Amino acid sequence: MLQVDNLSGGYDKEPIVNNISFNVNKGEILGILGPNGSGKSTLLKIISGILPKQNGTVKVDGEDAAVYSQKQFARKVAVLPQLHAHAFSHTVKDTVALGRYPHQSGLFSSWSDEDERAVTEALAYTGVTRYKDTAIELLSGGEQQRVFVAQALAQEAPILLLDEPTNHLDIAHQQQLLDTIRKHASEKGVTVISVFHDVNLASLYCDRLLLMEKGEIATIGEPQDVIREATISKVYNARVKTQPHPELPKPQMTLLPDTLEERKPFTINKGNFTVTSDHVSLKVAKPLKTLSSAVVNAGMGWYRAFVNRHVDANYNCDDVKVEMSTYLEQHGYSISDTVGMMTAVTTEHAEIGEYEGDFGTVLVMVTAGVGNAVDVSQALDREQRVGTINTWVIVNGQLPEEAFIQAMITATEAKTKALQIENVKDPLTGTIATGTSTDSLLVAATQEGEHLPYAGPITPLGKLIGHGVYDCTIRAIRAYKQAKGWTS
Amino acid sequence: MNKATIAYIVSAATLLVAVWLGVSIGTVKIPISTFWDSSDTTASNILWKIRMPRVILAGLVGASLAISGAAFQGLLKNPLADPYTLGVSSGASVGAVVTLFFGLSIPILGTYTLPVFSMTGAALTMFLVIGFARLVDRSMKMETIILTGIIFGSFLGSVLSLMIALTGEELRQIIGWLLGSVSMRGWNYILMVLPFVAIGSFILWMNRRELNAMLFGEERAHHLGVNVKQRKFMILIGGSILTGSAVAVSGTIGFVGLVVPHMTRLMWGSDHRHLLTLSFMNGATLLIICDLIARTIISPSELPVGVITAFIGAPVFAYIFYRQRRKGAM
Repeated sequence: MLQVDNLSGGYDKEPIVNNISFNVNKGEILGILGPNGSGKSTLLKIISGILPKQNGTVKVDGEDAAVYSQKQFARKVAVLPQLHAHAFSHTVKDTVALGRYPHQSGLFSSWSDEDERAVTEALAYTGVTRYKDTAIELLSGGEQQRVFVAQALAQEAPILLLDEPTNHLDIAHQQQLLDTIRKHASEKGVTVISVFHDVNLASLYCDRLLLMEKGEIATIGEPQDVIREATISKVYNARVKTQPHPELPKPQMTLLPDTLEERKPFTINKGNFTVTSDHVSLKVAKPLKTLSSAVVNAGMGWYRAFVNRHVDANYNCDDVKVEMSTYLEQHGYSISDTVGMMTAVTTEHAEIGEYEGDFGTVLVMVTAGVGNAVDVSQALDREQRVGTINTWVIVNGQLPEEAFIQAMITATEAKTKALQIENVKDPLTGTIATGTSTDSLLVAATQEGEHLPYAGPITPLGKLIGHGVYDCTIRAIRAYKQAKGWTS
Repeated sequence: MNKATIAYIVSAATLLVAVWLGVSIGTVKIPISTFWDSSDTTASNILWKIRMPRVILAGLVGASLAISGAAFQGLLKNPLADPYTLGVSSGASVGAVVTLFFGLSIPILGTYTLPVFSMTGAALTMFLVIGFARLVDRSMKMETIILTGIIFGSFLGSVLSLMIALTGEELRQIIGWLLGSVSMRGWNYILMVLPFVAIGSFILWMNRRELNAMLFGEERAHHLGVNVKQRKFMILIGGSILTGSAVAVSGTIGFVGLVVPHMTRLMWGSDHRHLLTLSFMNGATLLIICDLIARTIISPSELPVGVITAFIGAPVFAYIFYRQRRKGAM
């Protein structure tokens, strides 16, 4: 639909953009990204004819844009500018009606039914119909921007160029505006090319992205090919990290600020744990990066308090999360800062160990009860009950996400091995148990000190975790057995 | 009936009333019957030979100034712009004052030497201003046009001041001309100015929708499909033709071109599709009324009509200025 070949141009003799070539297909949304001064707005202005090109061609609908008259071009390409001021008052409808300018010709150029339909439709599409007789300057920034979207839509051009359309808009209006544009693109097959300031918004709404650097294309492709840590860091000269979007297969990036304060050495030791008859808790001064299968605040996050709470074996509650949250609050824990687990085991039998390696220490806490032990390979239909082997692994070191997962694998294998050595059997099948039906696992790291890239059993960290979890689980099982009066 | 229709009816009606008042009031009262009954020769002569041409000329001048003021304000996106912003009027004044100062009279032109010289001054200035603005900045940004107008306007203004300073006998005549008047001009002046008014107004009217688009900025207008350079050029030429010819026949009558577009906007909105025509009518009305006051208020003597327009215009201008500033401060 739009084809740009070897395009160069800018304000003066010295071109600001150089040798830009790309294609945009019908109905596609292409986002233009780049740091300030990389030439993204200039590129858009050259395409729309505001700035002169020095070299190359812009083809619209297969025709060189240079052969179109201004009006013909406006029938093919509509442009949505950034928010701007206006000198004299206009009503919303009059403003939107200006979008029909390229469709009118002749001295009197009467207003046709077609014009009226296009304007009414555009007003409705952007949700500004109820303001149609209001003066535009009386509207809020977000509403004004919608009016200009309506103006561009009333142009009914197959190509829409946008220059940072969400500038000055709050997040709700950003979403509304971009949803409208994406809907328009998919419903009417309109081709959209938009400059974005916000990398994450561009990733969410665009089919493809064009990343500019110093007036040239740094990379062009689908969001996952463009929004890569190395590329973004280099082009924007900023420390970033990318991560998946929680709902869509689109990458998102986040800035990694350089901390100004000096890092004080920060380690966790056994003394940070508190054991009462009610719960085991760990409170630390700085948040730990945590991955867990807890009841409250499971998943990945940063937390400063960890609670393993004892509940009755017959504990039954409709909404475990709410009940647990209430419990935590009553005991003075902040819900946003605490990971909460439950166990039917008496918490006084918790086994806590501190294991030292070359890089630093690992702490392990295990509470184990094997009353409802399960052989996982035979566990097709079992009723779920309160967890009985809860394991915490706290690492004094820096772990990447994959190391968290490796640590979980290692810890689970060590637990299973401990059950085997202790000859814990699934009471139903009589086979060796691999765990209980609702075990929980938590891995947390200070993210300070030594960088520990892996946590598999072959690495020093993995070895320590394996040994620590095995050791603590064995001791916890023995304590449980002793308390129950079993003999092994 | 929509708002625009009402606006046209109201404006046309007030214009008709103004015309009627303009021709009937004076030292001799003219009854309405004189229009069709020419039995009273004196009344008929006063109506057709003196008052009617004066009212029509006042109307044409007022209309020209108001429509070009509306167009310049829209084009320059500046509520303080008026037909004189471009400096063309100063050129016209210099042409006229040179004629008076040197007592020039070209034989074939006779008494029309002054308006012809004045129009020539206006035309020369127009080409100089537009040419210079293009030289400075090929895209002729609004700021460039305004600044160029100020440069030429003040330079020509100082030429005027110089001539006034050096003048002796003709001082009263020059000042009187500069303040503006439409008295004792006759039908020939109307015939002289009419083609310019028609052409200038037509050019502006052809650009009514483009002016609407340009209110949102040149870039936006460009995106909407307006050939901005060409249209801007047309509007500047059209407005200059109107201003130059109006000043040539009547002197520099102030405030009509500034105030009438604003009053029209306040009453009927700033859509140029209607604003231009309505300003045209209201400008005519205002100047006819002002001229009526100018010639009757200290009768049998006359005041220059420029005094009256400024007298009414200044407070209105102050009000608009105040409003604009308040709006800007919010």
